[in-house]
Amino acid sequence: MKGMSIIVKKICQILAPVIFLFGLYVVAHGHLTPGGGFAGGVIMASSFIFQIIAYGSILPKLRHEEHGLEFLESGAILGFLVIAALGLILSGTSIFFAEFLNKGTAGNLISAGFIPIENIVVGAEVCAGISIIFMALAVFKDEVTK
Amino acid sequence: MNSLVPLFILIPLGSAMIMSILGRFIKNFGKYLITLALLFLTGITFHLIINVPEVLVYKVGGFADVGNIPVAIYLVIDGFTKILLLIISLVGFLVALYSFSYTTQYTAERKFYILFSLMLAGMYGMVVSGDIFNMYVFLEISSMAAYALVAFGLEKHQLEASFKYQVLGGVASMLILMGIGFIYWQTGTLNVADIATQLPVGGVFIKFVAVLFIVGFGLKAAIFPFHSWLPDAHSSAPSPISAMLSGVLIKAIGIYVLFRLFFNMFALSYELSLAITVLGVLSMIIGGLLAIGQWDIKRLLAYSSISQMGYVILGVGIGMLVLSKGGSQVIAGFAIMGGLFHLLNHSVFKGLLFLSAGAVEYRTGTRDMKKLGGLAELMPVTSGTSMIASLAISGIPPFNGFFSKLIIIIAAIQAKYYTLAFLAVLVSIVTIGYFMKLQKFTFYNKDKKIWDKAKIKEVPFSMALSMILLAVLCLGMSLLAIPQFRDIFLQPAVKALIETVQYSVTVIGN
Repeated sequence: MKGMSIIVKKICQILAPVIFLFGLYVVAHGHLTPGGGFAGGVIMASSFIFQIIAYGSILPKLRHEEHGLEFLESGAILGFLVIAALGLILSGTSIFFAEFLNKGTAGNLISAGFIPIENIVVGAEVCAGISIIFMALAVFKDEVTK
Repeated sequence: MNSLVPLFILIPLGSAMIMSILGRFIKNFGKYLITLALLFLTGITFHLIINVPEVLVYKVGGFADVGNIPVAIYLVIDGFTKILLLIISLVGFLVALYSFSYTTQYTAERKFYILFSLMLAGMYGMVVSGDIFNMYVFLEISSMAAYALVAFGLEKHQLEASFKYQVLGGVASMLILMGIGFIYWQTGTLNVADIATQLPVGGVFIKFVAVLFIVGFGLKAAIFPFHSWLPDAHSSAPSPISAMLSGVLIKAIGIYVLFRLFFNMFALSYELSLAITVLGVLSMIIGGLLAIGQWDIKRLLAYSSISQMGYVILGVGIGMLVLSKGGSQVIAGFAIMGGLFHLLNHSVFKGLLFLSAGAVEYRTGTRDMKKLGGLAELMPVTSGTSMIASLAISGIPPFNGFFSKLIIIIAAIQAKYYTLAFLAVLVSIVTIGYFMKLQKFTFYNKDKKIWDKAKIKEVPFSMALSMILLAVLCLGMSLLAIPQFRDIFLQPAVKALIETVQYSVTVIGN
């Protein structure tokens, strides 16, 4: 895929980190404000997609990135399951998905037990998933046009 | 609460992800992991069936009910669920064993086992869940994995079959989701047991939702007017997956939910029971008649699946009809037992038939019966096990298919549905007809083809072992007709269905 003009590239260079940061904010405040893992993950992925569209891509490099993201995606789902299973072991009640951390004060950033951790894992998973879907389409398009 | 319950979802889903990460570094990691996991789950299933007779209710997250409203996601294991768990674990284990040698022909073996585990996770979740929306989520997980697995060989006809399956599967999912939406709108709850207490009895609304579910799950189970995707999808998939799709998937995500919802959620009504039974009888007859003309082994087996699922629905449908008319519980129970027994048997012999068809394809490279013949001497294990499965599915004593068909026919006569009994016997004769065709043109008929004896030999050990174990099961499961075994395996399932209202009482306790 070919890159776009210098103006688009420059704007993207300035905006992409901000978008990514905003995604991180949405994920981290998932238990306090609207949004959460899924919405934040999509925002983070859009920052990657933005860069690929603006700067263009080299097929082998894209494939390499895709493999790395696949790794992150599987790891994130595994992390989610591990936290759920820890509830089974650590909460002392042998209940799947049971709360095993301190709930803290409602409204604080560090509160609500393991829900923020689950949000972070879901954010990583969605970010990786959406990026993989986009890259698969980009790779497919490059292969067809070749 | 029994902490073994969530393991049925946790283990297959976790192994899919572990395989995706570690499978890159360790060769053949996936096959060993999923085979061991399924062996373990088979053990747990037997433990639950034999040692834990009561209904297990598990609240995920441990949320207590708020004013009699169940808030947590419920996982429910009762007698009917246990039968499905047994099928998934046992057939899944043997199929995984078979895949050991079979999948070496693919370049992306790791992905095959990841998708296989995801499909298993979806099916386990589907049968264990006591919550209608989670059923939908797991239905989608297993369907997505199945779409990808059907197209796994990436040949033209496989992609086409997968596309057809996706379109019809998508329509089915949409109808099911619509039905769930209507139910949520009417009752404000998604828990099956809670919905049963909230739903109004009779009226147009119930009928509309029931029809949405019959069409949706009918499409997933390939009941007669909705069967057109099945012969393509089940014959194009890699053989172990065909065995899994035909033997387990259409039961776990189609038939199981249909029966669960119509017995335990909706109040039984004569019209809907009649509709389900008529569809079952039609698929029994038409599936059988369409199978006769097939020359592709796996296509013939796929049509035969439609026909045999018709038997299952016929058996259970007679039970529904008798119950809805307020007839004898004993006759209804007998009919339902016949249907469930056939469901159990079908997964074993249809799995075996698909595996032996896969073995023939593995060695000869073709599934066309016109090009085959005379394999009985060259592949004795494949030929012998395929013969046993053919006899079992046609209902020849002493194999398991005979007993389940006999029970269905006796129940039909006891319930005074003489026409249905006659049709069941007739289709059984048709069944033996097309299976003798399969045997003759594939394994006997010696003059037709001279094979290169050095090239065509028996399949590798793991494939042969798995086929032999299934053949032993074909014979051994006849024992379930004996009262002592019947009481352990089949009666709890019949009890779960026949005591329709008892389900919500046991699960939510009011």
